[in-house]
Amino acid sequence: MSENKQHDAQKSYLEETGGRKGIFKWILSTDHKRIGLLYLYSIMSWFFIGVTLGVLMKLELIAPGITIMGAQSYNATFTVHGVIMIFLIVIPGLPAVFGNFMLPIQIGAKDVAFPKLNLLSWYIYIAGSILVVSSLFAGGGPPDTGWTFYAPYSFKTGTNMLPAVLGAFVLGFSSILTGLNFLVTIHRLRAPGMTWLKMPVFPWTLYGTAWIQLLATPIVGITLLMVIGERIFNIGFFDPAKGGDPILYQHLFWIYSHPAVYIMILPAMGAISEIIPTFARKTIFGYRAIIVSTLAIAFVGYFVWGHHMFTSGMSGTALFTFSILTFIVAIPSAIKVFNWVSTMHQGSISADVPFLWAASFIFVFMIGGLTGLILGALAVNVHVHDTAFVVGHFHFIVFGGTGFAFFGALHYWFPKIYGRMYDRAWAKTGWIIFFIGFITLYGPMFYLGIRGMPRRYFDYLPDYHGPNIISSLGALVMVTGFVIIVINLFKSARSGEKAEMNPWGGTNLEWRIPSPPPLENFDEIPTIDKATYKYD
Amino acid sequence: MYSINPENASNFVAGVDLAFFIILGVSIFFLVAITAAMIIFIRKYNREKHPEAIQNEGSTKLEIIWTVIPLLIVLVMFYFGWMGWKPMKTPPEDAMRVKAIARMWNFKFEYENGKLTDSLYVPLNQPVILDLVALDVLHSLYIPAFRVKEDMVPGNIKQMWFIPGQVGSYDLFCTEYCGLEHSYMYTGVHVMHEDEFDEWLKDTTAVAPVVAEDASPADRGFQVLVKNGCNACHSSDGSKLVGPSYLGNWGNMRKVTAGGEKTEVLFDKEYIRKSIYDPNAEIADGFNKGLMLSYEGLVSEEEIELIIEYIRSLNE
Repeated sequence: MSENKQHDAQKSYLEETGGRKGIFKWILSTDHKRIGLLYLYSIMSWFFIGVTLGVLMKLELIAPGITIMGAQSYNATFTVHGVIMIFLIVIPGLPAVFGNFMLPIQIGAKDVAFPKLNLLSWYIYIAGSILVVSSLFAGGGPPDTGWTFYAPYSFKTGTNMLPAVLGAFVLGFSSILTGLNFLVTIHRLRAPGMTWLKMPVFPWTLYGTAWIQLLATPIVGITLLMVIGERIFNIGFFDPAKGGDPILYQHLFWIYSHPAVYIMILPAMGAISEIIPTFARKTIFGYRAIIVSTLAIAFVGYFVWGHHMFTSGMSGTALFTFSILTFIVAIPSAIKVFNWVSTMHQGSISADVPFLWAASFIFVFMIGGLTGLILGALAVNVHVHDTAFVVGHFHFIVFGGTGFAFFGALHYWFPKIYGRMYDRAWAKTGWIIFFIGFITLYGPMFYLGIRGMPRRYFDYLPDYHGPNIISSLGALVMVTGFVIIVINLFKSARSGEKAEMNPWGGTNLEWRIPSPPPLENFDEIPTIDKATYKYD
Repeated sequence: MYSINPENASNFVAGVDLAFFIILGVSIFFLVAITAAMIIFIRKYNREKHPEAIQNEGSTKLEIIWTVIPLLIVLVMFYFGWMGWKPMKTPPEDAMRVKAIARMWNFKFEYENGKLTDSLYVPLNQPVILDLVALDVLHSLYIPAFRVKEDMVPGNIKQMWFIPGQVGSYDLFCTEYCGLEHSYMYTGVHVMHEDEFDEWLKDTTAVAPVVAEDASPADRGFQVLVKNGCNACHSSDGSKLVGPSYLGNWGNMRKVTAGGEKTEVLFDKEYIRKSIYDPNAEIADGFNKGLMLSYEGLVSEEEIELIIEYIRSLNE
């Protein structure tokens, strides 16, 4: 009897089906690990659509005039690309996939605090996603407003704006519930002895993120409801013809959507803070500074939304305040970069695949952050606002930052998740091609923006042709790298070499349980007696 | 910022570019320094050469240094950004005023003497204030060479100003996404010597379409359409743009939605007149409401007669 029990406890979560078969062992399971993978597969599916739309845009822009599509299709393409990438991929991104999978394990818990709510969040996410994607196919054609849905154009267009907005509204609930779940989990379910300052950085960043999800998302919910009311009942919140104010819409939108950028980047920074100490065999440099800077970003990030609106017509006082706060919010990110690089100093570094992603993350994230300083300066912002420069900047932050960290985290935790190792040579090949393609794709956008090429342009003057060709070719290179990475991981998840419990020599709890982990993670809840990232 | 544009194209170029180059310089320095440190560490402390890491939990002194120094640096950056921006908000009182009117998808410029143009003409070394009027949705007026940009918000007339510093022609873009033809909402700024400009401004006839008085009414009608930017949304060859084509329906019944109900109306003079003065009253099937504004006051009754002549001539 007791032997049997022992045997059951060792069965991995992938073998433990709860008596369900086929797809039901996934979509009815409340195991945080299976839910994490549900998010991974759904996010990756949407990501393929988003990438395809992005490539179509770059192909259109490879030459002036009509190349592969007309203006209406192009406008719809960049709108749907933005909506899918932001609302379906980068906002849930790391918290939903790796947060779900790793948070309970890293704090020594058997699951999140509310497993059923967790599964419900995924269903809400899927419902919202389907609404968004249905806008592509239903009635009046895909929405053509840009992912920001700026008033009053968004109320005048005849395209399917409502399903997209309604979808974003529904997705907000998924985000709020996940945030709530994580907050309670971190407060209540830490293993005995895991004090706040013994908690690894990744759970800390999820904690900061969860507060933003909980507090900021309702604002976009209300804003999107106002949009729906405006369109259906013609209320006139934002339409100047009815006495409304279009700038009010921009404020409401960015009060959420700016902190949302930190929802995207904080867990990414958390993942990087896991990878670097592991591959440097060295405790993280400045643990407390990294934690404090995480909370500082989460807090100050609420007060900088106005920097999206420097040319919209705010008072000088507002511009002064938003600009100076924008510069100040850069400091905690800089502190993190300094601490990561210092962690490498005198380490014993193995430049394995996850480390390569982390190091390249630091590089592209610095470019994204430093170009953010250029945008934060009022005088320069007037010149480069709403040009290709902004597009370059946020792709370096959101794709370079969150995207690189996502791939880094995927390669880092892959052996833990599947119990198998990928082909490292192919993974490195994919990474270097992806990295080169990424720089070639988004780098020229800075130059185009400084030269004055506006964003969201279906067509452009011949003067801007050269850099656009380079950028489009970069997109093709990057996609090649992406395909190599995905095929390698996909094949390895099924037939890769069996992975050990701790292939990288990590110190946190996830590396002290089998790969893949058993259903309830730990046979018995561990007691924590030393600080995190200890190598001695 | 780059050689093809003169450094003093406007009075703001120096301030904007100074802030830009200071931030760019400091940024490149940090990017190169940190990347170099990272690469050196990765090579020097490679596990093969350096099998045992030397543990180090951090240093309060270092944390303070790399908090305070970057903070001071970004405050300097902020200062230059602020100083370059401040003059943009303080136009001189005696500036010449031009009304810039944006609608989907063109700009118009109206001078104090009533002269109306498609591109912006300004005198050298004279301050110019643009009163920004948006008629339908958000637009944004951007002159890259002058380093100026301001959003144009319907219902809220805003100002921008500058002093042109070099004779020449420059690009002027719309930079706030405004729908289908956003990327074609483009015109030019022409900076002229003051005496030349005064001559140009006096001549209010030059704005009238260059069509001889004895041109046929249909040709003059087409000029009215060109002048008002109608052809951005309506074609003459039957192709479907944002609005219905001029071609193909004269004298027939047209399916429309009026007051929420589907009905049919005769495509005649009265229909055309109504479509221009009250465009949302009867919406042709397959097209969207709310995209066109009334042209009452912009297109006179006589001009409508000319437009009707043109549409009739197309369909004969």
